[in-house]
Amino acid sequence: MNNQQMVMYEEEFNQIQVVVDRLVRDANAKVVFIVDKNGQLIAASGDIDNVDTTSLASLTAGNIAATGGIAKLLKENEFATQFHEGEKANIHIQLVGNRVILVVIFDSRSSLGLVRLRVKKATEELVTIFENLMKKVQEPGTAGGSPFSEITDEDIDNLFND
Amino acid sequence: MSFINLMQREINCKLVYYGPGLCGKTTNLQFVYEKTNPDAKGKMISLATETERTLFFDFLPLSLGEIRGFKTRFHLYTVPGQVFYDASRKLILKGVDGVVFVADSQIERAEANMESLENLRSNLGEQGYDLDKIPFVMQYNKRDLPNVATVEELRQMLNPTNVPEFEAKARVGEGVFETLKGVAKLVLTELRKGEMPGNRPGAPAAKPRV
Ligand SMILES: Nc1nc2c(ncn2[C@@H]2O[C@H](COP(=O)(O)OP(=O)(O)OP(=O)(O)O)[C@@H](O)[C@H]2O)c(=O)[nH]1
Ligand SMILES: [Mg+2]
Repeated sequence: MNNQQMVMYEEEFNQIQVVVDRLVRDANAKVVFIVDKNGQLIAASGDIDNVDTTSLASLTAGNIAATGGIAKLLKENEFATQFHEGEKANIHIQLVGNRVILVVIFDSRSSLGLVRLRVKKATEELVTIFENLMKKVQEPGTAGGSPFSEITDEDIDNLFND
Repeated sequence: MSFINLMQREINCKLVYYGPGLCGKTTNLQFVYEKTNPDAKGKMISLATETERTLFFDFLPLSLGEIRGFKTRFHLYTVPGQVFYDASRKLILKGVDGVVFVADSQIERAEANMESLENLRSNLGEQGYDLDKIPFVMQYNKRDLPNVATVEELRQMLNPTNVPEFEAKARVGEGVFETLKGVAKLVLTELRKGEMPGNRPGAPAAKPRV
């Protein structure tokens, strides 16, 4: 089953955060975030208090899924890059290693050329980080490793008591 | 595919509401949205046609609270039920952790229910999932209408394996939270079984920071 659980560890989480923090600065971006293809937000940086990152994450993943579906119908490789230009905000969407999506939102303080350049470098770094993460996730675990192995029916019931 | 973030101590799970056109999937999410405290929910997004049929998906992020210090988050999605949106349904099923099948109890929708259930099974199969092995619950919706099949009839048609089933009147909210709890419980129970990959003792990088 391809229902591989996704786990984020401290080491990789920190590495990813470093990359997105730097990308915000280097690209003069407003917001940078990383989403997995299922729409789960992995990391974000920049002016994130003023955007709804959860909604953005889900819609970006939907967008990538839809264009991926179109590519398949055209027997084309998945479109790795998308760019949408608005009046004030622009959005640059980049697939990273076919697993996660790197999104950069920027305005006139930056430019598409600069964003492209910085995204390229960040993508290379992210590919390596996620490859390592996937290796780690695929290593066989040991009993008791899951923080959920100990939960009781009562714990689950309690979640719904409010 | 649940997503566990050891660093932020949270777990994210994806639930999908499936079923034939107009069975009440979007109505389920709308009711959950209306009745949930603002701090426990995000925005509900509906990508719909002008006539309010789901075009791509509805999305509602919910926080249910903590289990053993982990925040549990559920991402609720609906698929578009109309037959010709099958390509979109396949996309939305990707990475699913639990499925709610919303059946329309009206007698004249019997065939549509069965077709949609078959479609669910085959779309899951294409992605390597087996409907009989994943967290799955059945909702018999629109129990308020006069022309409905009995629950026994619906069960025979749609639920031969006896997964947890719920009667609902989604328009007034009856049965909506019961259904959601039902599937969420199955998903969390599944997580308990799951071993945490790579989290070997002595692998310091894998240790969560507390
Ligand atoms: N009488 C009655 N009507 C219901 C009930 N639940 C939903 N409806 C109505 O059924 C219609 C369709 O509901 P939706 O929730 O939009 O259906 P859907 O499954 O999302 O449909 P698609 O998006 O096309 O797949 C709406 O007019 C709802 O108000 C119910 O329990 N009883
Ligand atoms: Mg709908």
